Amino acid sequence: MTAQAVNKSAIGSTLVELKSISKHYRKGKEKVNVLNELNLTINRGDFLALMGPSGSGKTTLLNLLGGLDKPSSGELIIGGARLDQMSNSQLTRWRAQNVGFIFQFYNLMPVLTAEKNVELPLLLTNLSSAQRKKHVAAALSLVGLSERADHYPNELSGGQEQRVAIARALVSDPQILLCDEPTGDLDRTTADEILNLLQTLNQQQGKTIVMVTHDPRAADHAKTILNMDKGRLV
Amino acid sequence: MSSSFLQIPIISWMNIKNIPQRLGTSSVAVFGVACVVGVFIGVLSMATGFQRTMLKGGAEDVAIIMRSGATSEMASGLGYAQAQEISHLPGIVRDGEEPVSSPELYVVVDVTKRTTNTSANVPLRGVLSAAFTVRKNLKIVEGRTFTPGTNELVVGRAVQRQFAQLNVGDKIKFGSTEWTVVGAFEADGGLAESELWCDAKVLQEVYRRGNSFQTIRVKLDGADGMQKLKTGLASNPTFNFSAQLESDYLAEQSKPLTLFIKTIGWPVAILMAIGAIFGAINTMYTSVSTRTREIATLRAIGFGSLPVAISTLVESILLSLIGGVIGAVIVYLLFNGYTVSTLNFSSFSQVVFDFAVTKDLIVQGIWFAVIIGFIGGFFPAIRAANLPIATALREV
Repeated sequence: MTAQAVNKSAIGSTLVELKSISKHYRKGKEKVNVLNELNLTINRGDFLALMGPSGSGKTTLLNLLGGLDKPSSGELIIGGARLDQMSNSQLTRWRAQNVGFIFQFYNLMPVLTAEKNVELPLLLTNLSSAQRKKHVAAALSLVGLSERADHYPNELSGGQEQRVAIARALVSDPQILLCDEPTGDLDRTTADEILNLLQTLNQQQGKTIVMVTHDPRAADHAKTILNMDKGRLV
Repeated sequence: MSSSFLQIPIISWMNIKNIPQRLGTSSVAVFGVACVVGVFIGVLSMATGFQRTMLKGGAEDVAIIMRSGATSEMASGLGYAQAQEISHLPGIVRDGEEPVSSPELYVVVDVTKRTTNTSANVPLRGVLSAAFTVRKNLKIVEGRTFTPGTNELVVGRAVQRQFAQLNVGDKIKFGSTEWTVVGAFEADGGLAESELWCDAKVLQEVYRRGNSFQTIRVKLDGADGMQKLKTGLASNPTFNFSAQLESDYLAEQSKPLTLFIKTIGWPVAILMAIGAIFGAINTMYTSVSTRTREIATLRAIGFGSLPVAISTLVESILLSLIGGVIGAVIVYLLFNGYTVSTLNFSSFSQVVFDFAVTKDLIVQGIWFAVIIGFIGGFFPAIRAANLPIATALREV
């Protein structure tokens, strides 16, 4: 894990800049505007919760931040890189190096053990097998799952699965962690454990986190809460 | 950043490990391809076996002389005097003073097939003692050879196995004449084993052929023997005969039936392959569909679309390959060496041969499976590569 080596002095500087970002889809002949002229700045080390009703555009915004989708117009700059100008293959490479995703349903590979799931992003790097093993062990230790390294996802509880997913998101030391309803599938106690873990990662490791959630209690763990409605920040 | 090439085995391995969760649809694809490859190899092994038997019987140092224009032994004919004259042409090996030449008579007789209990045409060849000298690979393996001047038969091993009343000691009637089987011979599995042999003089009498024959086989003297023989035949204006290497003649004879089997075999295999391709497409679409969220997750993490597509193709080809191997093994175990007899269109008589599941056929069958797998996986692979990541990530 290289997260320890994060440049603390960089905390507070701008990581994400959205300038007049719009996103629309075509539904038949109809144009559906999901994001309207959105401007937003996120600093390094921030923990931002995005809230809002369904269809408000928060997941679309998260997808844009993760390079999974491209804006229809506007400038999207993350860590100095213009995502809005990247091709699909450039975005793929950018994602591998800069983003860690945490999903509502964990999205672990069922045929891989926890350890192998966590190793996946590292397979896209030039690290040796021994180096990968070391990073994976550190990530699993950080989420408190060292003992479960050789367990398959179906042998883990929901909370444990999400911890593995968090370890997978962290292992390649990305610039930003993007969480889409990370506690949406968990009971209250487990959800709190996961949120506390995210909070710790933010406070102690300096990780920049953007979390989409419907749950106000989850949002309370963030440093900043932004509400969205009809494609705008309110 | 690891190259796309290195991502392929990682994703392929996950796909393959995932197959047990889709055992039903995967088995359908494997079964379909196994059937196609089985039929493909099975049919072609029949053509190969037939051709092999025909070609095995043909020596490259033996010429067969027939009337010009005759395309088979049945259609040829020559008198005793002509046979004598031809035997003394240059280019023919001599055993002391005597040329090694075998004038022969060729008729077809009805014999009952053991399997169907129906009668079929079997060649009955009338020969003189020289026939055994011309054909070096022929040996009596049971009983003895026929005694000249008697109604005795020696029978080929292959025809003996397939037809009734041909055991040594059996008596069999062709028309009003009764024959006794006194021996069986082998000829390295060649065409001669599909024949019955008797004394040419007796056959001439029974079939009222006077003192005529149909063909002469001669042993050629060296590499230029054939050329000398042809020159000799051409130099006599009263001769209306042509000489051909026995191997060329039999290769020619094997063509119509081989072509017929292949003409039927290929379209059948291709039609079945089209069905199997649809099976493979269905299986692979299901595979992509059940792994939608996994594929999207890998894409989100940073795996490329090309490795995702290729790994889908790898899975499809692997399933087809398994099917191909199963089909080939089953056909090999069931059919290789299985003996049948069929009518050779050229001679209107039965040829007994073994199905030959050769290495070449198996390789062709496996390639056929790979092609089915590739085509079957192609469109699903494109779908996998183009999955909208953001939407697919949220699929439950």
